Amino acid sequence: MPTTETEFLHEVAASEYKYGWETNVEADTIPKGLDEEVIRLISAKKEEPRWLLEWRLRAWRHWEKLAANPSEAYPRWPHLTYTEPDFRNITYYSSPSKKPRYESLDEVDPKLLETFERLGIPLAEQEKLAGVAVDVVLDSVSVHTTFKEELAELGIIFCSFGDAVQEHPELVQKYMGSVVPYTDNFYAALNAAVFSDGSFCYIPKGVRCPMELSTYFRINQAGTGQFERTLIIAEEGSYVSYLEGCTAPMRDENQLHAAVVEIVAEANAEVKYSTIQNWYPGDNEGRGGVYNFVTKRGICKGDRAKISWTQLETGSAITWKYPSVILKGDGSVGEFYSVAFTKGQQQADTGTKMVHVGKNTKSTIISKGISGGRSNNSYRGLVKINKGAERARNFSQCDSMLLGDRCGAHTFPYIEIKNPSAQVEHEATTSKIGEDQLFYCFQRGIGEEAAIKLIVNGFCKEILAKLPMEFAVEAQKLLDIELEGSVG
Amino acid sequence: MALLEINNLHARIEEQNILKGVDLTVGAGEVHAIMGPNGSGKSTFAAVLAGREEFEVTDGDVLYEGNDLLDMEPDERALEGVFLAFQYPVELPGVSMNNFLRQALNQQREHRGEEPLPAGAFLKRMRECAALVSLDPQLMSRSVNDGFSGGEKKRNEIFQLAMLEPRLAILDETDSGLDIDALRIVADGVNALRRSDRSFVVITHYQRLLNYIVPDVVHVMADGRIVRSGDKSLALELEEKGYDWIREEAVAA
Ligand SMILES: Nc1ncnc2c1ncn2[C@@H]1O[C@H](COP(=O)(O)OP(=O)(O)O)[C@@H](O)[C@H]1O
Ligand SMILES: [Mg+2]
Repeated sequence: MPTTETEFLHEVAASEYKYGWETNVEADTIPKGLDEEVIRLISAKKEEPRWLLEWRLRAWRHWEKLAANPSEAYPRWPHLTYTEPDFRNITYYSSPSKKPRYESLDEVDPKLLETFERLGIPLAEQEKLAGVAVDVVLDSVSVHTTFKEELAELGIIFCSFGDAVQEHPELVQKYMGSVVPYTDNFYAALNAAVFSDGSFCYIPKGVRCPMELSTYFRINQAGTGQFERTLIIAEEGSYVSYLEGCTAPMRDENQLHAAVVEIVAEANAEVKYSTIQNWYPGDNEGRGGVYNFVTKRGICKGDRAKISWTQLETGSAITWKYPSVILKGDGSVGEFYSVAFTKGQQQADTGTKMVHVGKNTKSTIISKGISGGRSNNSYRGLVKINKGAERARNFSQCDSMLLGDRCGAHTFPYIEIKNPSAQVEHEATTSKIGEDQLFYCFQRGIGEEAAIKLIVNGFCKEILAKLPMEFAVEAQKLLDIELEGSVG
Repeated sequence: MALLEINNLHARIEEQNILKGVDLTVGAGEVHAIMGPNGSGKSTFAAVLAGREEFEVTDGDVLYEGNDLLDMEPDERALEGVFLAFQYPVELPGVSMNNFLRQALNQQREHRGEEPLPAGAFLKRMRECAALVSLDPQLMSRSVNDGFSGGEKKRNEIFQLAMLEPRLAILDETDSGLDIDALRIVADGVNALRRSDRSFVVITHYQRLLNYIVPDVVHVMADGRIVRSGDKSLALELEEKGYDWIREEAVAA
């Protein structure tokens, strides 16, 4: 046979990133480097209130202390090999310089609009057709938020983090850092000190957000770190589905993405957070690519609150990410549904933490890892049942699929149970993509590439089905593109 | 010209020789039964014809419609009309029967230069073929073979045969594990699919299937070779005397 399956799988794993171009937009960029002045400059540029500058500076001092002792500062436990970013060589603020705020789409730099279209999110179209409100964060500044007025009528606030600081400082001050304090970890501290923008979302009591709220992140400027913060507050009995998509152009150097996402769900509120992460993964020799160090956490504050994280992770050179839920309210529910696909030289260490505090709390974890090329794909999950969490339940299922024989899959489940009434179930499987399954497809006339797509999509199906409809279609397309390779 | 002409076929896996010189000629529209004790190489033979890579062909040749079958990729063989009903059908979790068969059928149609079958016509065809083997149409929205009963899996193979309309159908112990009612359903389905331009190679361990699917020729395989061929009465003789008789002859030969 001219192409063996293994060779084919290697080709698949070597197929290239399709979103790598750069937009030439004039940018207002501050010099590289990080010191107190940089933080004051960011805060000043954003015309921030004093309390926020002070909060940043406290975070900065904490981070400096951590950074002074690198052997303890950086998270060493993930199953990842990389050189720490050089924090002096990063630009911490960059914004398209032409106009900082846009009132209507006509004012937006056409080049930016073109970028959005190449990303497959034509804002103008989406405004009319999809009914998706989009907040685009390009590098550091939120460019445009659609549907703001319609949402405002319901009392929903959906805007850039920067706008929220100006217009709703009391909400920001109350909740920012309440779920992920700056002391949480090294990158959370860094983010708190230098974060440039992000998204803010507030759903008032009893309101069901009538549309999916969506944010598209993209790193554009060379050598820029993206440090966005997202804060979602769902008041009692409210509901929101929030979508986040990410891409970055191809670059030789590693770009840093250190985001923080905080979710607060009050009693009977439900927040569904879906991510498609497709940051540039670097080339096949492992040059370039985004370092994705993200802290995402939600708290089910009230009784019967629910938070679901659903993610498709296909990008980044390094991914370090554990969307978590603190189940504080009695009867609250946490869910984590994840597909992580790695190829080339990518490394992903991702999973979740479910911390059961309240009684009758319930969590579900379903993780599907697919690794190709020379990549490494790890699941790391913590299920913690606190003493007072009577009759807490968890179900975890972690399945790994290997495409080829040069990649790795690892599962690190941690379980801490302090209440004997807990019911915790964990299942894990690892399999090479089945020779039998491939042969069965071939025998029906389905070729190698189509067969691999079919089997991998089947493997991920129960997760992709959890994504909102249009996002699911996009996710499937993305996965198909990632799996693409030419049959020899 | 015969549809299938096999000469002196040798195949091995991991240094172990399994097929040791199979000769077989199948004419268009004929039904050939291959019987033989467990471990004699019947499934290996079927897998080698379908192009399973684990088996290495070390000698011999196979002509299918005058072309070198061994030179074709497994999916190419399928597109050229070679169908294998698996002894152990494979589960494809998350891949719906609908999606799987639509892809298979449309690949075939594309191969023949035809347009994809419109959704309506496809569904109609699925229902007809499912009815042929009394397969619950509800199964079409389930994952391929996932959670199917043993009997459903076997009927699913014949259902797919009906959908894909091959010119050479190889049935590997489709009867094993079926009760008498299911056996009849499968056999009736196969009989309904017999055509002058479709040949069958029916591999079976037991004679009883051949009461329903009446073969033109019966072959006996032992130790990787066809050691005896005859008409359908050979199957009855085997049933009576058991395989030891054949095995002794094979060793003596
Ligand atoms: N994948 C395999 N690896 C090693 N040996 C095999 C494999 N498949 C079949 N064999 C061996 O080949 C011989 C023939 O097996 P098979 O073709 O399944 O026989 P049958 O279908 O007639 O029962 C047996 O000895 C079996 O152990
Ligand atoms: Mg067999």
